[in-house]
Amino acid sequence: MAPRKIVLRFPPQIVDKPLIYHLVKDYGLMINVLKANVNPYKEGFMVVEISGEPHQYEQGMNFLRERGVILDQLSENVVRNTDRCTHCGACTSACPTHALYISRPSMEVVFDDEKCVVCGVCLKTCPVKAIEVNFNGYSRRGI
Amino acid sequence: MGVKRTYAEINEKIKAGKVVVVTAEEIIGIVEEKGIEKAAEEVDVVTTGTFGPMCSSGAFFNFGHPKPRIKMHRVWMNGVPAYTGIAAVDAYLGVTELPDYDPLNSNYPGEFRYGGGHVIEDLVAGKAVKLEATGYGTDCYPRKKIETYVTLTDINEAYLFNPRNAYQNYNVAVNLSDKIIYTYMGTLKPDLGNAHYCSAGQLSPLMNDPYYRTIGIGTRIFLGGGVGYVVWNGTQHNPCGPRSENGVPTGGAGTLAVIGDLKQMKPQWLRGTSYLGYGSTLTVGVGVPIPILDEEMLRFTSVKDEEIYAPIVDYSHDYPNATGKTLGSVSYAQLKSGVIEVNGKQVPTAPLSSYVKAREIAESLKQWILKGEFLLGEPVQTLPSADTGISIKGLQEKTAP
Repeated sequence: MAPRKIVLRFPPQIVDKPLIYHLVKDYGLMINVLKANVNPYKEGFMVVEISGEPHQYEQGMNFLRERGVILDQLSENVVRNTDRCTHCGACTSACPTHALYISRPSMEVVFDDEKCVVCGVCLKTCPVKAIEVNFNGYSRRGI
Repeated sequence: MGVKRTYAEINEKIKAGKVVVVTAEEIIGIVEEKGIEKAAEEVDVVTTGTFGPMCSSGAFFNFGHPKPRIKMHRVWMNGVPAYTGIAAVDAYLGVTELPDYDPLNSNYPGEFRYGGGHVIEDLVAGKAVKLEATGYGTDCYPRKKIETYVTLTDINEAYLFNPRNAYQNYNVAVNLSDKIIYTYMGTLKPDLGNAHYCSAGQLSPLMNDPYYRTIGIGTRIFLGGGVGYVVWNGTQHNPCGPRSENGVPTGGAGTLAVIGDLKQMKPQWLRGTSYLGYGSTLTVGVGVPIPILDEEMLRFTSVKDEEIYAPIVDYSHDYPNATGKTLGSVSYAQLKSGVIEVNGKQVPTAPLSSYVKAREIAESLKQWILKGEFLLGEPVQTLPSADTGISIKGLQEKTAP
């Protein structure tokens, strides 16, 4: 199975549980943690890249859901507002994974959400605040 | 000898629907194919465009008189202070102005999410803006306070008046220090981590008329999606700096002061803009038509990115301390390739000025002219050029004379 990037959200009640450990030990999944943090409300947020056998991946994800973890596709989390984007290009030198890059020779700014790791650097760098992030169903322009 | 045209002749062709207009990008291919002489015979007008942050911008307003009247002494628009040291209900809102409550850089790097440029964008988008004003009360203007909401259609006059736009060439900004810096040229990574430039290069208005032969007071232009005019040279207009053989300055040089009715402009061409750790501004769309009066003008407009050079400047030390030092120069073709070499290191580049939108502006202006909606304005006076001996002065610190 090709590695999948997903966003995991941990409610405060389970943020102290070693759930990722079980994905590795019980389901044989390979986990690459791209980003992780716990906010002041004790909610956990993690962006991971997961690879492994498809049936084990499904079982592992079900395990997380049963424990109360909310799963999202990464691509749903960072959105470029194409009406607002001016293709100025300022984000392209800030984006560490080159998910935002300039297509040449058109000089248009392209967003490849497959490469995005939701680091959030572009949110503050974008001069016209064209990058939006969805957290728990609501959208914010910048943070 | 070659072809000669007057403004009147070109305008007659526009009215008759017979004018030939191409963009400053298209003319390059035409000249490569047909040569200067043939291209100059065929093409009447070349359109240019630029869409970048232009801090020396703002708008004048007349709000109309309330009952009873007020002589506005302090004015805020959506919390952003406007200058009102002019007549009673007139004010000027500058695009870099920030609300009194903005934390600025006290929470470094500041975000500057809403400033004068954003107020102007909101107004142009048709939104209502909160207007607050206080006065000290006079016999003729007794009122001391007003709080209301205004839209562009409610108020008498609203016109953009930008003291410095459309810089003819600009620095390429890099950071030689070992820590990240936040500048008006964007976020610059340490140890030459990136290089930011800010010009549409071959599409930029003053790159295509390097000696301002046709761009002067009265030139009709595309401004913020509407029609505007060049009214003066811009502030810091510096025509006498070094130039390449093709006449194009090799650093920041000429600038334009422009004016236009805000009521007919569009929010996609006046975009409130924030630079992390620096401030707020307005990204302005400007397009200037260049009449092909003769072969020389055609040659000027055929300039291409490979032939335009910009100086590389360190914004961690040399720029803030005004040392005047540069780290060499690069062409816009190199800049647009995505990587340049500075001090032997390969440095990734990013623009701050949108080439995509510059192209759209030049194309829009071309369509306006082709449709006969837009006539060329002949300057009543041209701007100071390279023969004037103008030099830019620094500010001296002096004791009382």
